[in-house]
Amino acid sequence: MTGVSEYLAMGGYAAYVWTAYGAAVVVLVGLVAATLARRRSSQRSLEALEQLRGRGRRA
Amino acid sequence: MHRFANPARFLRLSAALRPWALGVALLTLLGGLWLALFDSPPDYQQGETVRIMYIHVPSAWMAMMVYSTMAVASAVGLVWKHPVAELYTKAAAPLGAGFTALCLLSGSLWGQPMWGTWWVWDARLTSVLILFFIYLGYIVLVSAFDDPQRGLKAGAVLTLVGAVNLPIIKFSVDWWNTLHQPASVMRLGGSALDPAMLWPLLIMAVAFTALFVWLVLLRTETEIAERRIRALRLATAMAARRDEAPGLGQPVG
Repeated sequence: MTGVSEYLAMGGYAAYVWTAYGAAVVVLVGLVAATLARRRSSQRSLEALEQLRGRGRRA
Repeated sequence: MHRFANPARFLRLSAALRPWALGVALLTLLGGLWLALFDSPPDYQQGETVRIMYIHVPSAWMAMMVYSTMAVASAVGLVWKHPVAELYTKAAAPLGAGFTALCLLSGSLWGQPMWGTWWVWDARLTSVLILFFIYLGYIVLVSAFDDPQRGLKAGAVLTLVGAVNLPIIKFSVDWWNTLHQPASVMRLGGSALDPAMLWPLLIMAVAFTALFVWLVLLRTETEIAERRIRALRLATAMAARRDEAPGLGQPVG
């Protein structure tokens, strides 16, 4: 257990090291989430529009 | 009809590349984090804070690399009017801004324990902050026009002008006295870094690059889809007007 807490303490620099890695997780996960969310919504509207257009043609 | 032409070749290539980029990103991210956090030594001067390097340096490289690709794409878009090039630039900008923010944040968190300050207005730090503002300026400028095509063109010009900042960032540590250390990995005479630290650093750099490739392919595909959405909406609106008043709704030009 002391090994784990000693590791987590990062030689007294825990606040700096873990905040830096936390910032990396936040930024990278944020970019991935934003990218996937926008992709999903644009795909949905494109499908809806193309369906509408296809129907219009045939009518 | 070419209004609806979709860059089919890019989309095919992108769909084929994407799974590979994601696979490489996940594998190297796991391996790189393992090495960076568990299997690399503390520095003899900096102690455990050296682990911040495995986030800071790859994000700094990405900040500049992403901008370089945007500058090339902007030139291609302006000169050859290549439609995917312009959309690539728009797709890449938020990613570059994210990496630059991460570089500044992690640098600040490294500077405080090692230099005794979160921030100094020296050449390296200031020029990277300017890079961050150029990214933000691009993002705002591109979406500030009613005509998206004009926004993309203005953004391309801004990107090319802003590229002058890249060599300033790169050589700032040689040209001016700064707190920031000079290059230790990419320098003449080989890397000054011990292999036990160089490997995790390089693997993290590959991970960030692969993640960027995956994301920028997805985002460029989305930009293409959104342009098609605009074209289809316009066509639908025109068709509706034609039905209401025949002869009035003819497309102009």
